[in-house]
Amino acid sequence: MLYRRIQEWFFRALMGLSLVIVLGSLVAMLGVLAWRGIGAISLEVLFQTPKGGYYLGGGGGIANAIVGSLYLALGGTVLATVLSLPLALALQREYASPRLARLTRLTLDVLAGTPSIVYGVLAFVIMVRIGMGASLIGGILTLTVLMLPIMTCAMAEVIALVPREMKETAYGLGATRWESTLAVVVRQSLPGLITAVLLAFGRGIGDAASVLFTAGFSDRIPTSLADPTASLPLAVFFQIGSPVKEVQERGYASALVLLVLVLLVSVVSRLIGRRFSRHVIR
Amino acid sequence: MSRIAIRNLTVRYGKHDALRNMNLDIPDGKITVILGPSGCGKSTLLRSLNRLTDLYDEVSVEGQVLIDGENIHDPRADLLALRKKVGFLPQRPFPLPMSIADNVRFGPRIHRMTREDILRQIGAPADAAASRHAAMDLLVEHYLKQAGLWEEVRDRLHAPGANLSIGQQQRLALARALAVEPEVILADEPTSALDPISAQLIEKRFQALKEKYTIILVTHVLRQARRLADYVIFLYMGEMVEHGPASFLNSPRDPRTRAYVGGEIS
Repeated sequence: MLYRRIQEWFFRALMGLSLVIVLGSLVAMLGVLAWRGIGAISLEVLFQTPKGGYYLGGGGGIANAIVGSLYLALGGTVLATVLSLPLALALQREYASPRLARLTRLTLDVLAGTPSIVYGVLAFVIMVRIGMGASLIGGILTLTVLMLPIMTCAMAEVIALVPREMKETAYGLGATRWESTLAVVVRQSLPGLITAVLLAFGRGIGDAASVLFTAGFSDRIPTSLADPTASLPLAVFFQIGSPVKEVQERGYASALVLLVLVLLVSVVSRLIGRRFSRHVIR
Repeated sequence: MSRIAIRNLTVRYGKHDALRNMNLDIPDGKITVILGPSGCGKSTLLRSLNRLTDLYDEVSVEGQVLIDGENIHDPRADLLALRKKVGFLPQRPFPLPMSIADNVRFGPRIHRMTREDILRQIGAPADAAASRHAAMDLLVEHYLKQAGLWEEVRDRLHAPGANLSIGQQQRLALARALAVEPEVILADEPTSALDPISAQLIEKRFQALKEKYTIILVTHVLRQARRLADYVIFLYMGEMVEHGPASFLNSPRDPRTRAYVGGEIS
Protein backbone atom coordinates (compact mmCIF):
# COMPACT_ATOMS: atom_id res chain seq x y z
CA MET A 1 0.00 0.00 0.00
CA LEU A 2 2.80 2.35 0.98
CA TYR A 3 4.68 1.36 -2.15
CA ARG A 4 1.73 2.31 -4.34
CA ARG A 5 1.37 5.63 -2.62
CA ILE A 6 5.07 6.37 -3.13
CA GLN A 7 4.71 5.39 -6.77
CA GLU A 8 1.79 7.77 -7.15
CA TRP A 9 3.72 10.57 -5.48
CA PHE A 10 6.88 9.88 -7.46
CA PHE A 11 5.19 10.16 -10.85
CA ARG A 12 3.33 13.27 -9.86
CA ALA A 13 6.62 14.82 -8.80
CA LEU A 14 8.21 13.73 -12.08
CA MET A 15 5.46 15.40 -14.10
CA GLY A 16 5.77 18.56 -12.04
CA LEU A 17 9.51 18.57 -12.61
CA SER A 18 9.13 18.24 -16.39
CA LEU A 19 6.68 21.10 -16.39
CA VAL A 20 9.07 23.28 -14.42
CA ILE A 21 11.93 22.42 -16.78
CA VAL A 22 9.89 23.20 -19.90
CA LEU A 23 8.42 26.46 -18.62
CA GLY A 24 11.72 27.34 -16.96
CA SER A 25 13.63 26.97 -20.24
CA LEU A 26 11.32 29.42 -21.99
CA VAL A 27 11.55 31.92 -19.16
CA ALA A 28 15.32 31.49 -18.86
CA MET A 29 15.78 31.94 -22.58
CA LEU A 30 13.68 35.08 -22.73
CA GLY A 31 15.40 36.32 -19.56
CA VAL A 32 18.95 35.82 -20.76
CA LEU A 33 18.27 37.31 -24.19
CA ALA A 34 16.44 40.28 -22.69
CA TRP A 35 19.15 40.85 -20.10
CA ARG A 36 22.02 40.70 -22.58
CA GLY A 37 20.29 42.10 -25.64
CA ILE A 38 17.56 44.53 -24.73
CA GLY A 39 20.02 47.29 -24.05
CA ALA A 40 21.19 47.14 -27.64
CA ILE A 41 17.69 47.32 -29.11
CA SER A 42 16.88 50.70 -30.56
CA LEU A 43 15.05 52.08 -33.55
CA GLU A 44 18.40 52.35 -35.29
CA VAL A 45 19.21 48.68 -34.74
CA LEU A 46 15.77 47.52 -35.84
CA PHE A 47 15.29 49.70 -38.89
CA GLN A 48 18.73 50.41 -40.34
CA THR A 49 21.20 48.30 -42.26
CA PRO A 50 24.84 48.09 -41.09
CA LYS A 51 26.91 51.20 -41.73
CA GLY A 52 30.67 51.28 -42.25
CA GLY A 53 32.54 49.80 -39.33
CA TYR A 54 29.36 48.21 -37.95
CA TYR A 55 31.15 45.01 -37.05
CA LEU A 56 33.70 46.96 -35.08
CA GLY A 57 31.04 48.69 -33.04
CA GLY A 58 30.00 51.31 -35.59
CA GLY A 59 26.47 52.52 -36.33
CA GLY A 60 23.59 50.89 -38.19
CA GLY A 61 21.39 47.92 -37.43
CA ILE A 62 20.15 44.49 -38.35
CA ALA A 63 17.26 45.40 -40.67
CA ASN A 64 19.07 43.49 -43.43
CA ALA A 65 18.87 40.29 -41.35
CA ILE A 66 15.29 40.86 -40.14
CA VAL A 67 13.93 41.49 -43.62
CA GLY A 68 16.14 38.77 -45.11
CA SER A 69 14.91 36.20 -42.60
CA LEU A 70 11.28 37.14 -43.22
CA TYR A 71 11.76 36.88 -46.99
CA LEU A 72 13.50 33.54 -46.65
CA ALA A 73 11.11 32.00 -44.15
CA LEU A 74 7.91 33.32 -45.74
CA GLY A 75 9.03 32.34 -49.22
CA GLY A 76 9.99 28.88 -48.02
CA THR A 77 6.78 28.47 -46.04
CA VAL A 78 4.56 29.44 -48.96
CA LEU A 79 6.33 27.08 -51.37
CA ALA A 80 6.46 24.24 -48.83
CA THR A 81 2.74 24.66 -48.05
CA VAL A 82 1.82 24.55 -51.71
CA LEU A 83 3.72 21.27 -52.03
CA SER A 84 2.97 19.71 -48.64
CA LEU A 85 -0.78 20.06 -48.50
CA PRO A 86 -1.51 18.09 -51.69
CA LEU A 87 1.07 15.51 -50.68
CA ALA A 88 -0.40 15.11 -47.19
CA LEU A 89 -3.92 14.85 -48.62
CA ALA A 90 -2.75 12.28 -51.14
CA LEU A 91 -1.56 10.05 -48.29
CA GLN A 92 -5.21 9.39 -47.38
CA ARG A 93 -6.53 5.91 -47.96
CA GLU A 94 -8.71 7.15 -50.82
CA TYR A 95 -5.75 8.16 -52.93
CA ALA A 96 -2.74 6.13 -51.89
CA SER A 97 -2.55 2.41 -51.22
CA PRO A 98 -1.50 1.64 -47.64
CA ARG A 99 1.88 0.40 -48.90
CA LEU A 100 2.64 3.51 -50.88
CA ALA A 101 1.52 5.69 -47.97
CA ARG A 102 3.75 3.77 -45.55
CA LEU A 103 6.74 4.05 -47.83
CA THR A 104 6.17 7.78 -48.33
CA ARG A 105 5.84 8.35 -44.59
CA LEU A 106 9.04 6.46 -43.92
CA THR A 107 10.89 8.54 -46.50
CA LEU A 108 9.49 11.75 -45.04
CA ASP A 109 10.49 10.72 -41.53
CA VAL A 110 14.04 10.12 -42.66
CA LEU A 111 14.10 13.47 -44.46
CA ALA A 112 12.62 15.26 -41.45
CA GLY A 113 15.40 13.87 -39.31
CA THR A 114 18.17 14.87 -41.71
CA PRO A 115 20.38 17.64 -40.27
CA SER A 116 19.89 20.93 -42.07
CA ILE A 117 23.59 21.32 -42.88
CA VAL A 118 23.16 18.32 -45.18
CA TYR A 119 20.44 20.16 -47.09
CA GLY A 120 22.64 23.23 -47.18
CA VAL A 121 25.62 21.35 -48.61
CA LEU A 122 23.47 19.46 -51.10
CA ALA A 123 21.85 22.65 -52.34
CA PHE A 124 25.26 24.33 -52.50
CA VAL A 125 26.67 21.53 -54.67
CA ILE A 126 23.72 21.81 -57.05
CA MET A 127 23.95 25.60 -57.16
CA VAL A 128 27.67 25.48 -57.98
CA ARG A 129 26.98 22.93 -60.70
CA ILE A 130 24.40 25.14 -62.39
CA GLY A 131 26.44 28.26 -61.84
CA MET A 132 24.13 29.93 -59.35
CA GLY A 133 25.52 32.13 -56.61
CA ALA A 134 24.37 32.50 -53.01
CA SER A 135 21.03 34.24 -53.35
CA LEU A 136 17.60 34.81 -51.83
CA ILE A 137 16.05 32.29 -54.21
CA GLY A 138 18.74 29.72 -53.38
CA GLY A 139 17.97 30.15 -49.68
CA ILE A 140 14.21 29.98 -50.21
CA LEU A 141 14.42 26.79 -52.24
CA THR A 142 16.73 25.14 -49.72
CA LEU A 143 14.41 26.09 -46.87
CA THR A 144 11.47 24.76 -48.86
CA VAL A 145 13.15 21.36 -49.10
CA LEU A 146 14.01 21.51 -45.40
CA MET A 147 10.44 22.39 -44.38
CA LEU A 148 8.65 20.04 -46.74
CA PRO A 149 9.03 16.77 -44.81
CA ILE A 150 8.35 18.41 -41.44
CA MET A 151 5.20 20.08 -42.68
CA THR A 152 3.93 17.08 -44.62
CA CYS A 153 4.40 14.70 -41.67
CA ALA A 154 2.58 17.04 -39.31
CA MET A 155 -0.23 17.58 -41.82
CA ALA A 156 -0.64 13.89 -42.61
CA GLU A 157 -0.94 13.19 -38.91
CA VAL A 158 -3.87 15.55 -38.36
CA ILE A 159 -5.54 14.51 -41.61
CA ALA A 160 -5.44 10.90 -40.46
CA LEU A 161 -7.42 11.93 -37.37
CA VAL A 162 -10.50 12.95 -39.39
CA PRO A 163 -13.10 10.32 -38.44
CA ARG A 164 -13.84 7.81 -41.16
CA GLU A 165 -17.57 8.14 -40.47
CA MET A 166 -17.40 11.83 -41.28
CA LYS A 167 -15.94 11.09 -44.69
CA GLU A 168 -18.48 8.31 -45.11
CA THR A 169 -21.23 10.87 -44.52
CA ALA A 170 -19.92 13.03 -47.35
CA TYR A 171 -19.57 10.03 -49.65
CA GLY A 172 -23.03 8.86 -48.68
CA LEU A 173 -24.40 12.16 -50.00
CA GLY A 174 -22.72 11.57 -53.34
CA ALA A 175 -19.55 13.61 -52.81
CA THR A 176 -16.49 12.82 -54.88
CA ARG A 177 -13.16 12.19 -53.17
CA TRP A 178 -12.11 15.74 -53.97
CA GLU A 179 -15.32 17.27 -52.63
CA SER A 180 -15.07 15.25 -49.46
CA THR A 181 -11.43 16.20 -49.06
CA LEU A 182 -12.01 19.90 -49.55
CA ALA A 183 -15.29 20.35 -47.69
CA VAL A 184 -14.78 17.89 -44.88
CA VAL A 185 -11.17 16.83 -44.41
CA VAL A 186 -9.51 20.21 -44.86
CA ARG A 187 -12.11 22.03 -42.76
CA GLN A 188 -12.01 19.51 -39.99
CA SER A 189 -8.22 19.45 -39.78
CA LEU A 190 -7.65 23.17 -40.44
CA PRO A 191 -6.36 24.10 -36.96
CA GLY A 192 -3.89 21.23 -37.15
CA LEU A 193 -2.84 22.21 -40.66
CA ILE A 194 -2.12 25.73 -39.45
CA THR A 195 -0.01 24.32 -36.63
CA ALA A 196 1.92 22.26 -39.17
CA VAL A 197 2.67 25.34 -41.27
CA LEU A 198 3.74 27.15 -38.16
CA LEU A 199 6.04 24.38 -37.02
CA ALA A 200 7.79 24.44 -40.36
CA PHE A 201 7.97 28.23 -40.36
CA GLY A 202 9.60 28.22 -36.94
CA ARG A 203 12.08 25.61 -38.04
CA GLY A 204 12.86 27.53 -41.23
CA ILE A 205 13.31 30.99 -39.79
CA GLY A 206 15.61 29.73 -37.08
CA ASP A 207 17.82 27.59 -39.26
CA ALA A 208 21.35 28.83 -39.91
CA ALA A 209 23.05 25.86 -41.52
CA SER A 210 20.83 25.59 -44.58
CA VAL A 211 21.13 29.26 -45.56
CA LEU A 212 24.84 29.59 -44.75
CA PHE A 213 26.03 28.60 -48.25
CA THR A 214 22.83 29.11 -50.19
CA ALA A 215 21.65 32.59 -49.21
CA GLY A 216 25.04 33.91 -48.13
CA PHE A 217 25.16 37.15 -46.19
CA SER A 218 24.84 40.77 -47.18
CA ASP A 219 24.68 44.12 -45.47
CA ARG A 220 21.98 45.27 -47.85
CA ILE A 221 18.32 44.36 -48.04
CA PRO A 222 17.91 42.21 -51.16
CA THR A 223 16.06 43.87 -54.01
CA SER A 224 15.87 40.84 -56.27
CA LEU A 225 15.71 37.08 -55.90
CA ALA A 226 19.26 36.84 -57.23
CA ASP A 227 20.74 39.03 -54.48
CA PRO A 228 22.43 37.36 -51.54
CA THR A 229 20.71 38.07 -48.26
CA ALA A 230 21.42 38.17 -44.55
CA SER A 231 19.38 36.20 -42.04
CA LEU A 232 18.87 36.49 -38.29
CA PRO A 233 20.44 33.16 -37.29
CA LEU A 234 23.63 34.04 -39.17
CA ALA A 235 23.54 37.57 -37.79
CA VAL A 236 23.44 36.06 -34.31
CA PHE A 237 26.27 33.71 -35.13
CA PHE A 238 28.58 36.33 -36.63
CA GLN A 239 27.97 39.00 -33.99
CA ILE A 240 28.11 36.92 -30.83
CA GLY A 241 31.44 35.56 -32.05
CA SER A 242 32.86 39.07 -32.16
CA PRO A 243 35.30 40.29 -29.47
CA VAL A 244 33.68 43.75 -29.52
CA LYS A 245 31.18 44.18 -26.72
CA GLU A 246 28.72 46.39 -28.63
CA VAL A 247 28.62 43.88 -31.47
CA GLN A 248 28.08 41.00 -29.06
CA GLU A 249 25.15 42.81 -27.49
CA ARG A 250 23.62 43.38 -30.89
CA GLY A 251 24.01 39.62 -31.45
CA TYR A 252 21.88 38.95 -28.38
CA ALA A 253 19.44 41.58 -29.58
CA SER A 254 19.20 39.75 -32.91
CA ALA A 255 18.42 36.51 -31.11
CA LEU A 256 15.75 38.28 -29.09
CA VAL A 257 14.19 39.68 -32.25
CA LEU A 258 14.21 36.21 -33.81
CA LEU A 259 12.52 34.70 -30.78
CA VAL A 260 9.89 37.44 -30.59
CA LEU A 261 9.17 37.06 -34.32
CA VAL A 262 8.56 33.33 -33.92
CA LEU A 263 6.36 33.84 -30.85
CA LEU A 264 4.41 36.57 -32.60
CA VAL A 265 3.75 34.50 -35.70
CA SER A 266 2.75 31.60 -33.47
CA VAL A 267 0.23 33.61 -31.45
CA VAL A 268 -1.28 35.34 -34.47
CA SER A 269 -1.68 32.10 -36.42
CA ARG A 270 -3.32 30.45 -33.45
CA LEU A 271 -5.81 33.28 -33.21
CA ILE A 272 -6.56 32.95 -36.91
CA GLY A 273 -6.80 29.19 -36.48
CA ARG A 274 -9.30 29.56 -33.68
CA ARG A 275 -11.44 31.74 -35.90
CA PHE A 276 -11.58 28.87 -38.41
CA SER A 277 -12.07 26.07 -35.93
CA ARG A 278 -15.62 27.11 -35.04
CA HIS A 279 -17.05 24.26 -37.07
CA VAL A 280 -14.58 21.56 -36.11
CA ILE A 281 -16.32 18.49 -34.72
CA ARG A 282 -14.76 17.28 -31.50
CA MET B 1 -39.92 4.43 -56.17
CA SER B 2 -36.84 2.26 -56.51
CA ARG B 3 -36.99 -1.46 -56.71
CA ILE B 4 -34.22 -3.23 -54.89
CA ALA B 5 -33.40 -6.83 -55.65
CA ILE B 6 -30.50 -8.78 -54.21
CA ARG B 7 -29.19 -11.72 -56.26
CA ASN B 8 -26.64 -14.26 -55.01
CA LEU B 9 -24.91 -11.61 -52.93
CA THR B 10 -21.78 -12.68 -51.06
CA VAL B 11 -19.56 -10.15 -49.30
CA ARG B 12 -16.16 -11.12 -47.92
CA TYR B 13 -13.73 -9.30 -45.68
CA GLY B 14 -10.49 -10.97 -46.63
CA LYS B 15 -11.33 -14.64 -46.29
CA HIS B 16 -14.19 -14.18 -43.87
CA ASP B 17 -17.70 -14.34 -45.35
CA ALA B 18 -19.66 -11.47 -43.87
CA LEU B 19 -22.68 -12.33 -46.00
CA ARG B 20 -23.35 -15.60 -47.77
CA ASN B 21 -25.36 -16.01 -50.93
CA MET B 22 -28.34 -13.79 -50.26
CA ASN B 23 -31.38 -13.59 -52.48
CA LEU B 24 -34.12 -11.15 -51.68
CA ASP B 25 -36.52 -8.52 -52.99
CA ILE B 26 -37.01 -5.53 -50.75
CA PRO B 27 -40.55 -4.13 -50.81
CA ASP B 28 -40.98 -0.52 -51.97
CA GLY B 29 -42.45 2.19 -49.83
CA LYS B 30 -42.18 0.19 -46.65
CA ILE B 31 -39.92 0.05 -43.66
CA THR B 32 -37.76 -3.01 -43.97
CA VAL B 33 -35.86 -3.90 -40.83
CA ILE B 34 -32.68 -5.92 -40.94
CA LEU B 35 -32.58 -7.67 -37.60
CA GLY B 36 -30.04 -9.88 -35.95
CA PRO B 37 -27.38 -10.19 -33.27
CA SER B 38 -24.10 -8.23 -33.40
CA GLY B 39 -21.68 -9.29 -36.09
CA CYS B 40 -24.28 -11.08 -38.19
CA GLY B 41 -23.69 -8.98 -41.30
CA LYS B 42 -26.45 -6.40 -40.89
CA SER B 43 -24.27 -3.35 -41.50
CA THR B 44 -22.45 -5.10 -44.31
CA LEU B 45 -25.74 -5.79 -46.07
CA LEU B 46 -26.81 -2.19 -45.61
CA ARG B 47 -23.51 -0.79 -46.85
CA SER B 48 -23.55 -3.03 -49.89
CA LEU B 49 -26.76 -1.28 -50.96
CA ASN B 50 -25.00 2.02 -51.68
CA ARG B 51 -21.46 0.71 -52.07
CA LEU B 52 -20.07 2.21 -48.92
CA THR B 53 -18.41 -1.21 -48.85
CA ASP B 54 -15.98 0.30 -51.36
CA LEU B 55 -14.36 2.31 -48.60
CA TYR B 56 -13.12 -0.73 -46.73
CA ASP B 57 -9.92 -2.56 -47.47
CA GLU B 58 -10.02 -6.09 -48.76
CA VAL B 59 -13.77 -6.21 -49.24
CA SER B 60 -14.92 -8.28 -52.15
CA VAL B 61 -18.48 -8.40 -53.39
CA GLU B 62 -19.93 -11.16 -55.53
CA GLY B 63 -23.39 -11.34 -56.97
CA GLN B 64 -25.68 -8.44 -57.77
CA VAL B 65 -27.64 -5.71 -56.11
CA LEU B 66 -30.17 -4.48 -58.64
CA ILE B 67 -31.71 -1.07 -58.10
CA ASP B 68 -34.27 -0.29 -60.79
CA GLY B 69 -32.85 -3.17 -62.77
CA GLU B 70 -29.28 -1.90 -62.75
CA ASN B 71 -26.50 -3.78 -60.96
CA ILE B 72 -24.90 -1.19 -58.70
CA HIS B 73 -21.79 -3.31 -58.12
CA ASP B 74 -21.00 -3.21 -61.81
CA PRO B 75 -17.73 -1.23 -62.06
CA ARG B 76 -19.35 0.91 -64.75
CA ALA B 77 -22.27 1.90 -62.51
CA ASP B 78 -22.57 5.62 -61.77
CA LEU B 79 -21.53 5.70 -58.13
CA LEU B 80 -22.40 9.33 -57.44
CA ALA B 81 -25.88 8.97 -58.94
CA LEU B 82 -26.38 5.82 -56.87
CA ARG B 83 -25.47 7.55 -53.65
CA LYS B 84 -27.80 10.40 -54.49
CA LYS B 85 -30.61 7.90 -55.00
CA VAL B 86 -29.80 5.93 -51.85
CA GLY B 87 -29.37 8.06 -48.73
CA PHE B 88 -27.47 6.86 -45.69
CA LEU B 89 -27.90 7.56 -42.00
CA PRO B 90 -24.99 6.37 -39.86
CA GLN B 91 -25.06 4.96 -36.36
CA ARG B 92 -23.44 7.97 -34.77
CA PRO B 93 -24.46 11.19 -36.44
CA PHE B 94 -21.51 13.21 -37.66
CA PRO B 95 -22.32 16.79 -38.45
CA LEU B 96 -20.04 17.95 -41.25
CA PRO B 97 -17.64 20.65 -40.02
CA MET B 98 -19.86 23.54 -41.11
CA SER B 99 -23.00 25.39 -40.05
CA ILE B 100 -26.40 23.75 -39.56
CA ALA B 101 -27.73 25.28 -42.77
CA ASP B 102 -24.60 24.31 -44.72
CA ASN B 103 -24.98 20.74 -43.55
CA VAL B 104 -28.39 20.58 -45.22
CA ARG B 105 -27.15 22.47 -48.28
CA PHE B 106 -24.11 20.23 -48.74
CA GLY B 107 -25.78 17.59 -50.92
CA PRO B 108 -27.76 19.93 -53.21
CA ARG B 109 -24.65 22.04 -53.59
CA ILE B 110 -22.34 19.24 -54.70
CA HIS B 111 -25.02 18.01 -57.08
CA ARG B 112 -25.06 21.50 -58.61
CA MET B 113 -28.78 21.96 -58.23
CA THR B 114 -30.15 25.09 -59.92
CA ARG B 115 -32.83 27.40 -58.53
CA GLU B 116 -35.43 25.64 -60.68
CA ASP B 117 -34.27 22.16 -59.54
CA ILE B 118 -34.50 23.18 -55.91
CA LEU B 119 -37.97 24.71 -56.16
CA ARG B 120 -39.27 21.74 -58.12
CA GLN B 121 -37.79 19.32 -55.58
CA ILE B 122 -39.40 20.95 -52.57
CA GLY B 123 -42.68 21.46 -54.44
CA ALA B 124 -42.58 25.25 -54.22
CA PRO B 125 -44.05 27.48 -56.95
CA ALA B 126 -41.55 28.58 -59.58
CA ASP B 127 -41.62 32.18 -58.35
CA ALA B 128 -41.13 31.36 -54.68
CA ALA B 129 -37.50 32.44 -54.74
CA ALA B 130 -35.76 34.98 -56.92
CA SER B 131 -32.26 33.56 -56.65
CA ARG B 132 -30.57 30.22 -56.13
CA HIS B 133 -29.47 31.44 -52.75
CA ALA B 134 -33.03 32.23 -51.67
CA ALA B 135 -34.17 28.87 -53.02
CA MET B 136 -31.49 27.16 -50.92
CA ASP B 137 -32.87 28.90 -47.84
CA LEU B 138 -36.30 27.48 -48.61
CA LEU B 139 -34.75 24.06 -49.10
CA VAL B 140 -33.00 24.22 -45.74
CA GLU B 141 -36.29 25.07 -44.05
CA HIS B 142 -38.19 22.40 -45.97
CA TYR B 143 -35.92 19.53 -44.97
CA LEU B 144 -35.32 20.67 -41.42
CA LYS B 145 -39.10 20.62 -41.05
CA GLN B 146 -39.29 17.14 -42.55
CA ALA B 147 -36.71 15.97 -40.08
CA GLY B 148 -38.57 17.65 -37.23
CA LEU B 149 -35.72 19.95 -36.30
CA TRP B 150 -36.80 23.31 -37.73
CA GLU B 151 -38.45 24.76 -34.66
CA GLU B 152 -35.39 24.07 -32.53
CA VAL B 153 -32.80 25.59 -34.85
CA ARG B 154 -34.59 28.26 -36.90
CA ASP B 155 -32.88 31.05 -34.96
CA ARG B 156 -29.36 29.64 -35.22
CA LEU B 157 -29.01 28.21 -38.68
CA HIS B 158 -25.50 29.59 -38.95
CA ALA B 159 -24.29 28.06 -35.72
CA PRO B 160 -21.94 25.08 -36.03
CA GLY B 161 -23.67 21.71 -36.40
CA ALA B 162 -21.41 20.48 -33.63
CA ASN B 163 -23.29 22.61 -31.07
CA LEU B 164 -26.42 20.49 -31.34
CA SER B 165 -27.27 17.70 -28.94
CA ILE B 166 -26.70 14.24 -30.29
CA GLY B 167 -30.42 13.66 -30.83
CA GLN B 168 -30.63 16.90 -32.78
CA GLN B 169 -27.51 15.92 -34.70
CA GLN B 170 -29.20 12.72 -35.84
CA ARG B 171 -32.21 14.69 -37.10
CA LEU B 172 -29.81 17.05 -38.84
CA ALA B 173 -28.24 14.01 -40.47
CA LEU B 174 -31.71 12.96 -41.58
CA ALA B 175 -32.47 16.41 -43.03
CA ARG B 176 -29.11 16.36 -44.79
CA ALA B 177 -29.79 12.93 -46.28
CA LEU B 178 -33.31 13.91 -47.38
CA ALA B 179 -32.06 17.09 -49.07
CA VAL B 180 -30.56 15.15 -51.97
CA GLU B 181 -34.05 13.67 -52.46
CA PRO B 182 -33.11 10.02 -52.29
CA GLU B 183 -35.60 7.31 -53.10
CA VAL B 184 -34.23 4.92 -50.52
CA ILE B 185 -33.00 5.68 -47.02
CA LEU B 186 -30.54 3.33 -45.37
CA ALA B 187 -30.20 3.72 -41.63
CA ASP B 188 -27.59 1.88 -39.57
CA GLU B 189 -28.88 1.59 -35.99
CA PRO B 190 -29.84 5.26 -36.16
CA THR B 191 -31.14 5.44 -32.61
CA SER B 192 -28.55 3.38 -30.76
CA ALA B 193 -26.57 6.42 -29.63
CA LEU B 194 -29.65 8.44 -28.68
CA ASP B 195 -31.65 8.96 -25.52
CA PRO B 196 -35.14 7.40 -25.56
CA ILE B 197 -36.96 10.63 -26.35
CA SER B 198 -34.73 11.50 -29.29
CA ALA B 199 -34.97 7.89 -30.45
CA GLN B 200 -38.73 8.09 -30.40
CA LEU B 201 -38.64 11.30 -32.43
CA ILE B 202 -36.53 9.60 -35.09
CA GLU B 203 -38.84 6.58 -35.16
CA LYS B 204 -41.86 8.84 -35.66
CA ARG B 205 -40.04 10.55 -38.53
CA PHE B 206 -39.45 7.23 -40.21
CA GLN B 207 -43.09 6.31 -39.96
CA ALA B 208 -44.04 9.62 -41.55
CA LEU B 209 -41.43 9.31 -44.27
CA LYS B 210 -42.23 5.83 -45.47
CA GLU B 211 -45.01 7.15 -47.69
CA LYS B 212 -42.39 8.75 -49.90
CA TYR B 213 -39.32 6.63 -49.37
CA THR B 214 -38.27 3.03 -49.12
CA ILE B 215 -36.63 2.78 -45.73
CA ILE B 216 -34.19 0.07 -44.77
CA LEU B 217 -33.17 0.05 -41.16
CA VAL B 218 -30.64 -2.01 -39.27
CA THR B 219 -31.28 -2.73 -35.63
CA HIS B 220 -30.50 -5.31 -33.02
CA VAL B 221 -33.35 -4.11 -30.84
CA LEU B 222 -36.20 -6.52 -31.28
CA ARG B 223 -38.77 -4.17 -29.84
CA GLN B 224 -37.76 -1.45 -32.26
CA ALA B 225 -38.23 -3.89 -35.10
CA ARG B 226 -41.71 -4.72 -33.82
CA ARG B 227 -42.61 -1.06 -33.57
CA LEU B 228 -41.37 -0.02 -36.99
CA ALA B 229 -41.11 -2.91 -39.37
CA ASP B 230 -43.43 -3.71 -42.22
CA TYR B 231 -41.01 -6.31 -43.45
CA VAL B 232 -38.26 -8.10 -41.53
CA ILE B 233 -35.05 -9.77 -42.61
CA PHE B 234 -33.45 -11.89 -39.89
CA LEU B 235 -29.73 -12.47 -40.29
CA TYR B 236 -27.58 -14.79 -38.26
CA MET B 237 -23.83 -15.28 -38.73
CA GLY B 238 -23.83 -13.93 -42.27
CA GLU B 239 -26.79 -15.95 -43.38
CA MET B 240 -30.33 -14.87 -44.09
CA VAL B 241 -32.37 -17.15 -41.87
CA GLU B 242 -35.88 -15.85 -42.41
CA HIS B 243 -37.61 -12.95 -44.04
CA GLY B 244 -41.17 -11.85 -44.55
CA PRO B 245 -43.88 -9.46 -43.38
CA ALA B 246 -43.24 -8.35 -39.81
CA SER B 247 -45.89 -10.66 -38.45
CA PHE B 248 -43.56 -13.64 -38.82
CA LEU B 249 -41.80 -12.49 -35.67
CA ASN B 250 -44.84 -13.80 -33.81
CA SER B 251 -44.46 -17.28 -35.18
CA PRO B 252 -40.91 -17.87 -36.37
CA ARG B 253 -40.20 -21.20 -38.01
CA ASP B 254 -36.45 -21.47 -37.79
CA PRO B 255 -35.05 -22.45 -34.37
CA ARG B 256 -32.45 -19.64 -34.56
CA THR B 257 -35.12 -17.02 -35.10
CA ARG B 258 -37.14 -18.58 -32.30
CA ALA B 259 -34.16 -18.41 -29.98
CA TYR B 260 -33.62 -14.76 -30.86
CA VAL B 261 -37.24 -13.72 -30.58
CA GLY B 262 -37.60 -15.73 -27.39
CA GLY B 263 -34.66 -13.87 -25.86
CA GLU B 264 -32.30 -16.85 -25.53
CA ILE B 265 -29.72 -15.12 -27.71
CA SER B 266 -29.39 -11.45 -28.39
